[in-house]
Parts: sequence; structure tokens; C-alpha cells
Amino acid sequence: MRCLKITVSAVLTATILCLGAGKAAPAADELTIMATGGAWQAAQRQAWFEPFAKKTGVKVNEQEYLGDLGKIKAMVETGNVPVDLVTVETATVLQGCDAGILQRLDYAKIADRTKFLPGTALDCGVGLDVYGDVLAYDTTVLKDPPTSVLDIFDTKRFPGKRGMRKFPAQNLEWALMADGVPTADIYKVLATPAGVDRAFKKLDTIKKDVVWWDAGAQPPQLLASHEVVMTTAWNGRIQNAVEQDNKPFAIVWKDQIVEYDMISIPKGTKNSDLAYKYLAYISEPEVAAQLGRFIPYGPVRSDATSFVPKDVLPKLPTAPDHMKSYLVGDVEFWGDQGEELVKRFNAWLAQ
Amino acid sequence: MLLSPFPTLGERIRIGVLWAWCALVLIYLVTPLLVPIPLSFNSGSFFTFPLAGLSTRWYEVVLGTERWRAAIGNSLIIAFGTTALATALGTLAAIGLSSPRFPGRRIVMPLLISPLVVPIVVTAVGAYRFYAPIGLASTYGGIILAHTVLASPFVVVTVGASLSGFDRNLMRAAAVLGARPALAFFRVMLPLILPGVLSGAAFAFVTSFDEVVVVQFLASADQRTLPLEMFTGLREQLSPAITAAATLMMTLSIVLLVVANLLAGRSRRRMRVAPA
Amino acid sequence: MSENRAPIISAEPRLPCGTAALAGVSAVSLRAKLRRLMPLHEEMRALTLAVPLLALLIVSFGVPIIALLSRAVYDPSIVNALPRTAEALQHLSAADPPGDDVFAALEADLKQDQAKGSIFEFAKSLNSRLSGARSQVLKTARLLAGGAAFSKSELVAAVPFWGEKETWSTIRGGAHGFTSFYLLSALDLRWGADGLTSVPAGEAVFLRVFARTFMVAALVTLATLALGFPLAYLISNLPPTLANLVLVLVLLPFWTSILVRTAAWTVLLQKFGLLNDALIALGIATERLELMYSRLGLVIAMTHIQLPFTLLPIYSVMRSIPPSQLRAAHSLGARPLTAFRRVYLPQALPGVMAGCLLTFILCLGYYITPALIGGASDQLISNFIANYVNVDLNWEMAAALSFMLLTFTLLLYAAFARFLGLDRFKLV
Repeated sequence: MRCLKITVSAVLTATILCLGAGKAAPAADELTIMATGGAWQAAQRQAWFEPFAKKTGVKVNEQEYLGDLGKIKAMVETGNVPVDLVTVETATVLQGCDAGILQRLDYAKIADRTKFLPGTALDCGVGLDVYGDVLAYDTTVLKDPPTSVLDIFDTKRFPGKRGMRKFPAQNLEWALMADGVPTADIYKVLATPAGVDRAFKKLDTIKKDVVWWDAGAQPPQLLASHEVVMTTAWNGRIQNAVEQDNKPFAIVWKDQIVEYDMISIPKGTKNSDLAYKYLAYISEPEVAAQLGRFIPYGPVRSDATSFVPKDVLPKLPTAPDHMKSYLVGDVEFWGDQGEELVKRFNAWLAQ
Repeated sequence: MLLSPFPTLGERIRIGVLWAWCALVLIYLVTPLLVPIPLSFNSGSFFTFPLAGLSTRWYEVVLGTERWRAAIGNSLIIAFGTTALATALGTLAAIGLSSPRFPGRRIVMPLLISPLVVPIVVTAVGAYRFYAPIGLASTYGGIILAHTVLASPFVVVTVGASLSGFDRNLMRAAAVLGARPALAFFRVMLPLILPGVLSGAAFAFVTSFDEVVVVQFLASADQRTLPLEMFTGLREQLSPAITAAATLMMTLSIVLLVVANLLAGRSRRRMRVAPA
Repeated sequence: MSENRAPIISAEPRLPCGTAALAGVSAVSLRAKLRRLMPLHEEMRALTLAVPLLALLIVSFGVPIIALLSRAVYDPSIVNALPRTAEALQHLSAADPPGDDVFAALEADLKQDQAKGSIFEFAKSLNSRLSGARSQVLKTARLLAGGAAFSKSELVAAVPFWGEKETWSTIRGGAHGFTSFYLLSALDLRWGADGLTSVPAGEAVFLRVFARTFMVAALVTLATLALGFPLAYLISNLPPTLANLVLVLVLLPFWTSILVRTAAWTVLLQKFGLLNDALIALGIATERLELMYSRLGLVIAMTHIQLPFTLLPIYSVMRSIPPSQLRAAHSLGARPLTAFRRVYLPQALPGVMAGCLLTFILCLGYYITPALIGGASDQLISNFIANYVNVDLNWEMAAALSFMLLTFTLLLYAAFARFLGLDRFKLV
């Protein structure tokens, strides 16, 4: 009797295993795209995945991951790459490119490389959208509103905790800007050891007042709970909080740092041609502009701006009003110095 | 708990202090679990009190969308599969290890608990490198096996602790009385070590049910689990839907446990009426 | 695939069927009974019971993990990228500066890497050993791609990086594939010009983080013990129905994701959170406390998550201790505390050990909760390991840190086993 029960459970286990193993390999006209989930992936689905599937008859499979390249490296090393396209951050593209796990792209199959904004057509990744690293605050808390992102360094006028991303990029640039370095010279100064010291010294002045955030979900939450008086944030999340949840938040655009989301092809995928077809599709100016309808991020081609709906345009980081004083994140610089600066930043945090 | 039918004042005080302390511990244990319940009825999408308003929109998201339903189903399949496999294998191993004659126990034991110590990201990479080439990545079986590796140390340790008080002479007595080992195990040993086995099973369950890193590596869209659904949105927003999911799971578990308890109580009473 | 699956399936029915088969043909025969009592046979049976799990662990966990961890000591990226240079360096003693032949080999290697497109991988892996090397390598490769040949002095003049002693000692360190670099880095050490030295204070992180990780784990373990032991004692002495009810409360957290519990603690602990509200309302505190993003907040949240892991093993052992023993000790004249200490505690100790062991080890692996609740100086070693695996893609460093974590933990385990005599409790 007991033996029987256990035999039955063994058979069940075997069935489960067989079910798994018996899964058919994806057909040739299927494209698997891996993104980081949430509202951003939903926006891509509406703006790009579904229209692409409709237009070409290709079935688009979606997958989620946590934005970590470790998974892609494991795939490439085992030669088992079930994903054709993957959305990544700029810093991640640079790491993945150097590590040889992302394909070097052939722009002849995508679009005219010169039509992209500088820093959005990388060797291993094509820009998907433009977002801004901005300062956000609660208008009911700060009656005397900050006027520049750099006000985060002013603890006299704005006492209390402030949120910053637990990452050296952007923070070091802002520290130098606040310390009086002209925007044009930021990366020149940051490339020298003295410049890095100077940036960290500036950050030292507010270190005890900073709450460090990790996930993009945290800044609006930190504001909503009054844990901080102001925080650096990605513009999209703050705008969603204002529009969908009627939160009394405001964005300070002056001295924003403009950043890009990217999409890449992992090395060793079997559907490379289809992946290129998708990249070419979303790089068409009219198509590229569609994303802004679902999430307030701008297109990476200047010739796509004219296709962005008129009511969306003023919300984008690239709106003329927001581009009076800004810095573009230097991809080359972070590709070169990123690893050391991250290490130093972590050591600095731990002290 | 009392040492004598006529407790002294000192004993009463000691027991009073014990009760008070335990009440505080229970409050500490349960309060954070109560927080998500009102938040799950929040009409806004932030984790703050006071609530923006009452609404069931997050329950509609969880119960009404295919993605969340599938995620809950996948999580339960994988968690129960892992629990069954890890409990069976872990209990066997613990019984073997508890034998004073087990060869090389000093080497085997650290090996058995090493999945707890190796950082989960490293385990996940290792699992992918093992399962992908043999075609078990993106399958329920592969994820269940990978989770079994993570969960089995809990069963080995808790069952091992329970066995420390087990008198092996009972098994010899059963054998001498003619019981086959299987019968002796189920009738003599298992009832005595059951609390340990069940604790191990509970740990195995939660290890799998709450695991996101290995799943991220091994799962394709078809095996998307609840934790993966929760974590992937974290880049933009911690969706209150996860509080609704948590509330549903807790309610479900309370109902299940109460029913199980009632059934167990009834069978206990029946046993008393008609002793075997 | 089928070879892999076979042992797992056959593993399950082994318990009753297998042991029965092993125990002899006829269960009632005297010979079988005798054999069952024989020592050697018991040894075999004990081993057989553990084989299914051991086999699964060794094949699907042990082998891939050892392969991964071996990257901490074996990293052929430099010798793969610079085969000729490595060969040329073989003929030099460590003190000699590289001559023209080495530079010629270097140029040939770099040109080939540039042509193959593997120059970036080399630049990245050299950079992880030597800060700033990436841009120097790429600059040199671009220079050489122009086609011109450089002599040693010309190359050093164009890129002074190649004239530095540290560059060549780093390359020499990787010229065999086997390296101690990553393991030493995990201990904040490196081979300098004059032997083993500590890395500069600004870069030294890991020893401190290891110490902090073990510290937090110890704190949380003690806290869970202080909270869990009395509750386990109470539950094991309650009537079954009430005991089950309390157990339901203890198990309830298992149904909610760690992410939900972490979020709940955020709501409770933050400055304008429920806990601060309650403290102010009750008049216990006059000022709002900074509990979030602090060590205290982290320990409170981790203790909450770990409490069931300490409590349940204690409870499951306590259940098997007959309450009559304490009463007997009492009636034989032992004072209550003495009876508890001498009669009850020794029997409950295996459960305490098991629970504390689980909690301590689990605490070493935390990284989601420290990232979301802990402050900047509360990041534990697993945060760093995850970062090396996922962001830096420096798996060699991740392997070295994991190896050190594993070593420290097993050493601690062995020390405790010896010191507390875990052997007696059949835990080891």
C-alpha cells in the first residue's frame, strides 16, 4: 500500500519532468523579448510589441527579468540563448559589450546611425527612449520650492533628508556641478583623480542627510511617506504619481541629466535576423514616437519628435522648456571609468 | 506547564511573565502582516496611511488578470512539488545521518547544508549552467529540482534535531516484533518525529514559494511565479496588487489550516471513542 | 537527459520499498532479524538512505558550483588574450624588465585581439585587476590598428602605461591562468612590489563587510532566540487546539512574500510611520525616531523574517520532551530553575542549535532587505556578490567572495561544533 503510494508519486514526478522536457522549441517566426516588467514593459507592449506582431505576423513572446546581466552571461556561456532581444540600461550595455555577451550591431540593418541623438546608437545597443534624472519634491511640504537639481546640496535652505540613487553616475556629476564646475567640463574634471576627490568631497557634505534608493519604485514612495523632503528620481514615475494618483509632487528640470534606455541582442541567439527587423521597426521615426503615448519618455531620434502627440511633448525630458540647462550622461566616460568609480563609491558608502 | 497542582506564588509569577512576553512576541510577529491588509483596499497606489480611499481594484487586478492567476498557480505548483520532494529526500537523509554508524558524517553534513551558505545568485548561475544544457531550464521540473536543492537542508536540519531525542531501540524493538522497516518507520518513528518533518516541510515550502533569483534564471514566461511578478515591476512601482495577493494567500492559508485542524480534532475525538 | 532523471525518480520509492528489499527476503526470518542488527549492515543502510539527496546535491549543485568557484583561482583571460606575451615572459625572471621580444609579442597579440574583436574582453578583465587599464589597452589597440610598428621605447613613449612596473607584474600574475589575485582581493590584500600588502584604505571594503555580515547575523540569531525560545516553550505546553492556533500565527508570514513583509516594515518603521505614531501617542517618545535606513531597523525586520526559522526546530524538539520529567525533578526536590537547567534544557538544546544554525546561515545571505531597509553602511556581503555577478559581470571576484564566505562559515561551524559538542546532539 505504502509502496504503491510512493510509486504513484514517483510516476507523477516523472510526468512533471517529461511535461517540462517535452516543450516544443520556438518556431522560426517567433521573437522573444526580455524586459524588466512593470509599467514600462506594458507601455512597450502597447506601443511596439503588438503593432509589430500585427504588421509582420511574427509572434512576440515576452519575458521578464530583474534587469541583471548575470542571466544573459549564463545564457551565452552555456550556448543556450532562448532570448532574442533584451532591454537594458546604458551602463549595462557597456558592461555587456565589453564582456562579449551582447552582439555588436550592424547598423546597416537598423537605421541611419547619424539620425540618432548622440550616445543612443551604441556598438551593442540601440536607444529605446530618453528619460531624465531630475529632482522631485512635495509641493505641500516645501513652500519655498527648489529651482535646480543642485539645490539638493543646500542643506541650509532645505533641511531634512533627501533621496539619491545608490550609484555613482549622476551623483558625481551633480556634485561637481554644485561645486562650480561648468557643465561642459564635468567629464573632463571627473576624468582626473583630483576631480573624483572633489566630487566625493562635495558628496561628503550631505552624506549624513541622504537616504539611498535602489529601485525606481522607491523615490515616489519616499516622497509620499514624507521620509524625504526631496529626492532625485526618474521623471516618468513622478509624472505617473501626479497624473494617476493626484500626488502633489513637482519636478525640477533645471540641471537634469538626460539618460537613455537601451535594447540589445544577446550573442548566440538563433533569431538574429528577426531581432534586427524589430530594431529597424522601432527605429522608424513615427514608430519610435509611439512610446510617449503610454509613458512620458521621449524618442531617441530628433526627427521623431514631430510625431509625438502635442499633449505629451511638454512632459518629455526633451521638451524645449526642460532643456535650458542640462547635462547628457557621457556613455564613453562611464564605460571607461564605471567599474572603478562604482567600487570607490561603494567603499565610500561603507565608511 | 505547572510543576505541581498547587502552584506557589513564584511559579505563578514566572508563568505570568512567560505569557506576557509571548504575547508581545506574537504582536511583533503578526503586526507587520496586518499592515498589507488595509493597504490592499487602498484606492491609491502608494504604501502610505491614511488610505486615499477604499476600493477593490487591486483584487480585481490579482484575480481578474490572467498573468496574476497564472503566477499564483505556478508558484503553488512549484512550491508544493518542492515541498514533497525535499521533505521525502531530506527526511530519508536525516534518518540515515542520525545513525551513529553513518560513514563520513563530518564530511557529508557540511555538504548537505552548503546550499544554504552559497550565495543565491551563485547557486542560480550554477543551476542554469547545469539545467540549460540538459533541457530542463524553462520547465517546472527543472525549477522544482533546483528549489529542492535549496530547500532540502532545512528538512535535514530540523528532522535531524527531532531525531536526536528518538530512541533507536524502539526501531529494534519493532523489528524484533516482526515489523518490516517500512511499517516500523510509519508506525513508530514518523509519529514521534512528525513535528520536525512538518517544520522542515514548512521551511521547504517557503523557500520555494518566496524564491525569485533562481526562478529568474530558470523560468521562461510559462513558469512566471508570484515573486517574479512582484519583483519585476519594482523598477517603476511597487504595485499594491502584491498586498492583495498577500492578503488572499494569508486568508487561504488560515482557512486551510483551520479546516485541517477541525478534521484532526474530529479524528482525535473518534479515536477516543473507539480505540484501535 | 534520461541518465540525469533516473536517480531522482528511483530515489523516491527507496524509503519503504528499498529498505524492505535491503533488509532481507523474508522479514520474519530470524537470520534477517539478526542481520538487521548487524553493525555493517546498518552502516550500509544509513548510507543508502542519504544517497538520493546526496546524488542530487552532488550532480546538480556540487559540480556546477565548484566549477564556478574555481574561477576564483583560475582565470585564463590574460593568457588567452596574450599567448605570445605570456610565452615570452616565461623566459624572464620576475626582476627583469620586459625587453624588445616581449613588446614585439605584445604588439602581435594585441593586433590579433583587435582583429578578432576580443580586445574589449581583455581590456575589461585586465581592468578588473588593475584600475584604469581598460582605456590604456583600448588606446594601444587603436594605435596599433593604424598599421605602424612600434619599438619598445616608442610604445612606452606613446602609452606610458606599458612602461610601468605594476602593469607587467599584473600581466605576469595572469600569465599562467592560476591566480591568487581574487582570493587576496576578497581579503583586501594584494601582491605589491614588496610582497603582500593591504590595499589602500579607500578601497578596502570586504573585511569590514564580512565582519558586519557576521555581526548582523549573530545579532539577529540572538534576538530570534530570545523571542522564539519562550514562545516555543509556551506552545509546546499548550493544549493541542490552542497550540495549533498559535502555530498558525507563527507560520502565517510564510504565505507573504519577503517583498511584502519588507514593504510592511517600511510602512511601520519610517519617520511618519505607524510605529513612530504609536510611540508618540503613548508618550514613550517625544521625537520621531530614525528607524528606517539604520542598523536597528534592519535587525528588527530581519529578526521578524527569521523568527519562525529559529522557533520551529526548537518547538519540534520540545514537543518530544515529556512534561512529567520536570514534575519528577521538582518532586525530587530540584528548584524550578535547576530542574529546567539540568533536565529540560539539555534535551531542548538540539532544537536550539538547529534553529540558530538555520537562522545564522540564512542571515549571511540577505541582500534584498538590507538594500531596501538598511542604510548605506548596512550592505551585507551578498549585496556585493550579487553586484559582481549581475552588474560588473566579474564572476571571478564573485567566486572569490563566495569562497571566502563559505570558508568562514564552515570554520565557524566547525569551531562551534567542537566548542559546544554538536556531535553529541547528532547535528553534525
